[in-house]
Amino acid sequence: MSVLLLAEHDNGKLSPATARLVAAASQLGPVDLLVVAEEPAAIAEAASTLSNVRKVLVAKGPETADSLASTLERCAKSYQFVSANASTVGKDVIPRLAAKLDIQPVTDIVAIAAPNRFTRPIYAGNALETVTDPQPLHLLTFRASAFRPVAAGAAAPVETLDNSVTSVARLLAAHRTESDIPDLSTAQIVIGGGVSVGSAAGFQLIEKLGKTLGAAVGATRAAVDAGYAPNDWQIGQTGKIIAPDLYIAIGISGALQHLAGIQGAKKIFAINTDPEAPLMKLADVALVGDLFEIIPQLIAELEKLGVTKPTG
Amino acid sequence: MKILVAVKRVVDHNVRIRVRPDGTGVETAGVRMSMNPFCKHAVEAAVQLAEAGKADEIVVVSIGPKGTNDVILTALAMGAHRGILVEAEQKLETLTIAKLLAKIVAEEQPDLILLGKQAVDDDSNHVGQMLAALTDRPQATFASEIKVDGTTLEVTREVDYGRETLSLPLPALVTADLRLNTPRNAALPMVMKARSKPLAVRAAADLGVDLTPRLTVENISPPPERVAGKSVASVSEFAASVAAEVNEMEAL
Repeated sequence: MSVLLLAEHDNGKLSPATARLVAAASQLGPVDLLVVAEEPAAIAEAASTLSNVRKVLVAKGPETADSLASTLERCAKSYQFVSANASTVGKDVIPRLAAKLDIQPVTDIVAIAAPNRFTRPIYAGNALETVTDPQPLHLLTFRASAFRPVAAGAAAPVETLDNSVTSVARLLAAHRTESDIPDLSTAQIVIGGGVSVGSAAGFQLIEKLGKTLGAAVGATRAAVDAGYAPNDWQIGQTGKIIAPDLYIAIGISGALQHLAGIQGAKKIFAINTDPEAPLMKLADVALVGDLFEIIPQLIAELEKLGVTKPTG
Repeated sequence: MKILVAVKRVVDHNVRIRVRPDGTGVETAGVRMSMNPFCKHAVEAAVQLAEAGKADEIVVVSIGPKGTNDVILTALAMGAHRGILVEAEQKLETLTIAKLLAKIVAEEQPDLILLGKQAVDDDSNHVGQMLAALTDRPQATFASEIKVDGTTLEVTREVDYGRETLSLPLPALVTADLRLNTPRNAALPMVMKARSKPLAVRAAADLGVDLTPRLTVENISPPPERVAGKSVASVSEFAASVAAEVNEMEAL
């Protein structure tokens, strides 16, 4: 029962999500990681050092949905499971592959009860569905945030695949949001800002708190729509689904759409002027007050306490 | 250019859903239903392309039980030209939906297929990508901007790392994200006019697709409830709680 897992990467680097995906996939069987990229060498090298990886398959080639699906289709016959991250890449390619192979996929998996039994959220996380998949080949995506990452291990062998696929769609431009902030969907601590942060300048204060804690920074859809934060910071049903150990919500009332994105957070702390805000009632720890007064004090207190920055 | 838009009827996104206590599903009886929000963005995109003189016919299709025609009427009121309802009483899986839509695509031969990026009930985000594969078309999902230049599309899409722009030759398939546009609310005269637009009804069973589900749904349950926490009075107490959490975290 072996598993092919598409490695997640960006801009020449292996994504931290991959270690979590390997943890999920290795519950099903021995894991072969597939790296597809125009420049795959460095990514493949990083991928080979993760534990629970049997081997790394490397294919040089285009990364558009149609070409990735073709690459995966050529590899799929040697496996019982073909899997990917429930990211924009995995969402693009696994259903496309599924239709080509006439398989109903199971996606956004947050728990594996048995190698053919999976749990996934529906209705924006307001319900959990458990399904049994009797098909001979299982096509899956995992929510990386729901799984603990594997550690580094002994280097796995790397094999090069012949990947002579072409792409119909052409990538004209890529606009990457460059930052040194940890990845939102895999960070241990996330600070989220709402529309009451008030401006892009206000979000710099949120970022400053983020830096103190080594945290990722996110925003509600309303704050993104208002132009205070970039779109890839958006947390929620239509944005990123996060599952940090600690989520600190600042000036966020807690719309259903946002709650859908933070349901996996282990602890929720909230700061808001309104004690009646839904998120203040849900929070493990709530502090009523003005964020512009509180955050500078909080940063000073945390520095005084010598709170160390966790990594990852 | 001819555009086919597929739309889904779902529990209205403002309704707080209730999971049935017996674990068989989510209560839908007596619950307000409406067009899936992302599908509205797809319809709006098609109507705007028609208004800009880039498209000359918009066909809207939906699959579902009797009553699903109300979302087709919504799309017709927004400006689509004719509708097709593929009637099926049973719950269908995404692959089955994609196969039924592929049959309609084979009949209609649209240049562009538009869908919402996902339905807010099953949250699957499958059908567009599956239909693109079944009809052997290039895809651009999560679209926030569509430009048509002759027989080529330029689509900007929202991806995890930011944005990217793709060039796709027609025929192609695009799925809509929220930032693509602001869907219109049709004025009453348009709603009245929609009723006189053609709406064909087809039986899913007649389209030559096996409707049997592949997966077995074992159970649908509510998510674990959160226990209400505590309120702290000062920044220093809040900071101490943060410090306690950080110290407890497993190092990765």
